[in-house]
Amino acid sequence: MNIINFTPVSAFAGGSLIGFAAFLFFAFNGRIAGISSIASGVINKNENQFDNILFLLGLIIGPIIYSFLGNEIVSVLTNSIPLLIIGGLLVGVGTKIGNGCTSGHGVCGISRFSLRSIIATITFIITGMITVLIFGI
Amino acid sequence: MTKLSSLIAGIIFGIGLTISGMVNPQKVLGFLNIFDDWDPSLMFVMIGAILIFSPLHFIFKKKSRPIFAEKFIVTTNKNIDKNLIIGATLFGAGWGLAGLCPGPAISSLSFLNTSVYIFVLFMFLGFYLVNFIQSWK
Repeated sequence: MNIINFTPVSAFAGGSLIGFAAFLFFAFNGRIAGISSIASGVINKNENQFDNILFLLGLIIGPIIYSFLGNEIVSVLTNSIPLLIIGGLLVGVGTKIGNGCTSGHGVCGISRFSLRSIIATITFIITGMITVLIFGI
Repeated sequence: MTKLSSLIAGIIFGIGLTISGMVNPQKVLGFLNIFDDWDPSLMFVMIGAILIFSPLHFIFKKKSRPIFAEKFIVTTNKNIDKNLIIGATLFGAGWGLAGLCPGPAISSLSFLNTSVYIFVLFMFLGFYLVNFIQSWK
């Protein structure tokens, strides 16, 4: 194992902002900022449907503001259609069945010392690592 | 008012994802690539977010209600069941294939990149499929 491309300062700073945003959502809306739950709460009727839409809109506006302030954003995504389709489906189905993703289980759940979330997080990180080991980057 | 706080929390969350580099699937895959060239940044994103969210949320939780909403909505589910493990496993596999989880996927819609649209479309299809099957039972 070699350590490469490690950016601890920006990772920690960005992570702190994510934690702060999750706190705002908890303090003002009384809700957990789990993005998979917020996103899937957009497609079925519920009392928070419009809040969910606005949160997702905010997620899209965030990077726009960041680049408007003169920062460059690097993002390299595969253009393999099968990988995108299978990846998207697995992420959608998996987070819905498991009730959470990196934010809901990984950040908020672990912060609340939820054993459920700790086990989910360990599981998806290990499966992700095995997937990358098999299929490569 | 919960609409305003949803939008603002979403924007800050989106900026955090961008600063942390998590909108770049290559960085996520770099973290999952632990058996080869490893980029530990994602771990620092989670640590930063947890260090902020965890104490603030424990302090605020003592209040009788959130600032705008009527009550706190936090799951009381403590079951480590097969849905949790199956869901987290499927999610981890999808995450390792494309390097996107729900938050960064939504934020990346701002990059106007066709690959992201395909991923997000199928992620929502995944939510829908699980909803459909669960309502059928």
